[in-house]
Amino acid sequence: MDAKERDLERTQGLDGEDASSKPASPGRRSFLGVLLGIGTASVGVLLSVPLVRFALHPVLGNTTETSLSDLGTVDEFSSITSPVKRLITIEQRDGWRKTVSQKSVYLTRDADGQLRVLSSICPHLGCSIPWSEVKGQFICPCHVGVFASDGSLISGPPPRAMDELKTTVENGRLKVRYQYFRQLVHSKEVIA
Amino acid sequence: MATISVPNDAPGAAQRRGRVFNWFERRIGIDSLLHQALDEPIPGGARLAYVFGSGLLFLFLSQIITGVFLGLYYVPSADHAHTTIAYIAKEVMAGSFLRSLHSYGSSAMVVVLILHLAQTFLYGSYKGRRELLWVSGCVLFALVIGMAFTGYLLPWDMKAYFATTIGTNIAGEVPLVGEGIKRLMRGGNDMGTLTLSRFFVAHVFLIPAAIFGLIAIHVYLFRKAGAAGPISEDPIAPKQKTERFYPRQVLMDMGFGLVFIAALGLLAYFVPVDLGPKADPADTQYVPRPEWYYLPLFQWLKYWQGSRAIIGILVIPLIIIGLFVGLPFLDRRLERRPWKRPVAVGAFAIVFLSLAGLGALSYRDDHRDPGIADQLVKQREETEQFMRASFEPEPSEASLAAANVALADPLAAQGKAIYEAQSCNACHGEGGVGTPAGRLIAIGVKLPPDKLADVLKQPTDKMTAGGMTAVEISDGEMRALVAYINSLK
Repeated sequence: MDAKERDLERTQGLDGEDASSKPASPGRRSFLGVLLGIGTASVGVLLSVPLVRFALHPVLGNTTETSLSDLGTVDEFSSITSPVKRLITIEQRDGWRKTVSQKSVYLTRDADGQLRVLSSICPHLGCSIPWSEVKGQFICPCHVGVFASDGSLISGPPPRAMDELKTTVENGRLKVRYQYFRQLVHSKEVIA
Repeated sequence: MATISVPNDAPGAAQRRGRVFNWFERRIGIDSLLHQALDEPIPGGARLAYVFGSGLLFLFLSQIITGVFLGLYYVPSADHAHTTIAYIAKEVMAGSFLRSLHSYGSSAMVVVLILHLAQTFLYGSYKGRRELLWVSGCVLFALVIGMAFTGYLLPWDMKAYFATTIGTNIAGEVPLVGEGIKRLMRGGNDMGTLTLSRFFVAHVFLIPAAIFGLIAIHVYLFRKAGAAGPISEDPIAPKQKTERFYPRQVLMDMGFGLVFIAALGLLAYFVPVDLGPKADPADTQYVPRPEWYYLPLFQWLKYWQGSRAIIGILVIPLIIIGLFVGLPFLDRRLERRPWKRPVAVGAFAIVFLSLAGLGALSYRDDHRDPGIADQLVKQREETEQFMRASFEPEPSEASLAAANVALADPLAAQGKAIYEAQSCNACHGEGGVGTPAGRLIAIGVKLPPDKLADVLKQPTDKMTAGGMTAVEISDGEMRALVAYINSLK
């Protein structure tokens, strides 16, 4: 058995005990090295793809985007004449968490009779603007900014009209994308 | 190792490699380090039988990488652990794949560990001044099993929760110290979020650190003793021709590692690991079953009930572990051929076959008992159902508070409407969270209801300076508003 094994090993081209003085031929060693390198690199690349995708998920995926909030059927608002306040539920995703909050918006009509959805946050300093049925105006209680029923600025310190929110109609239901806007500037600028 | 020297690949190698290489070489000595690592002589030459040790290193590396990445999303708390694992498995890109790779990797570690151990045992490679090498290997074995045990709880699903409940209960059966050990592991009497924290710390910090240290010791002792070579070799003074570790053994080791990890990758990709419903400690129906490598122990313990339990739980396992760890001290002969070592090999085979038999018995018992078989099928279905459902994000505390208020008493709900109508939320925030003006949450602790109503009607100078205006509403409305503000917590 021993002799047989030794024979086998000799035929396999082993180095002698004094291996250091007689290294394997550089050609074969480098060929195997290259083979090993290619194998390692390809498996490494193959495995690093899922790792990179995994780590970049929050960057590449829309994990923090606010979803559309439901306002009701379009028919519901077909006959409104003065602004109507609606509470909408906003679900904001933060990775594996969600924050559910409620915000109030106004549905109103502009001069052309088009339905508009306004944010109730005053573009001046962010107070919530109530609709005054008596005066037929939006009047901000903080610094008396006054807006018309279509949200356009009438008087007071606010730098611009009330902010309009983007809406879409899906299967006959009115949906709004709730956004926050920068205060104290003349043009509407989305934040967060 | 005495035979190692630094061979020159070709004349003028230093010039060919260039000045940059030499600059680094003089400071790091990477070349001699590589030769030190790669020119280990193997008596009798490279063999496929020797690949398992390196294979374990590759697998461990894979476990570290996948484990660290899983840490990007995992939260070790009873409240969030299950949600975050579900998020990884269902939503995160490649999440299910990496989690499966990590999970299958743990089983693969146990498999390759058994192969490594069986090879070392059958080849008699523990003989000849290799006692400490063997003992360090035994400690590594225990640590890897510990990794599997602690990692199993982390997903906090039904399976994880109940398997660990049983696992810690078994530890509690040990006389005298058992109860203390159980409480220490659980962080109290019962399984809970503290248990999870403890298992997480053990799984991610303590045991891996110990494994790093033990691997260093194990590899050092291996190099010190030298490769044992084939069974025909003298373990102390090898006589057979040697072959260097590089290239053929390295190629075999890496080839095995790559093929094995590639196979795990395919398995993880095509048969992803599932996640059951979140742990519900109140469920009394659940039939927990441990991971396959614990089944033999699990089955074994069924036979030892009552006063004799100590024999089965402690005495017999301790004897077997003692004989196993002490093997190189007890088996002093240098004879390595298995057929010339009938007692050692026979005992090893008996223990190994008994474990396999116990595992098979456990499997059979579960399938024969209709009550258990039905429950296991039901659990399987519940897991599949949970996996099919889309990921449900966890509501954050802020939204919970808002929701709770809406559900509270009608007076507070009315007050909430007034709060919004009066634009209090403009400055005090939704739900009184503050910014730019003061937080209202828990203000009811400082101010009793009538005081609160007073300052609302007539704000203090400090409040006025901050922009607060007097609230002019009816007494009834004021009661509602105060009720709402008091409800903010």
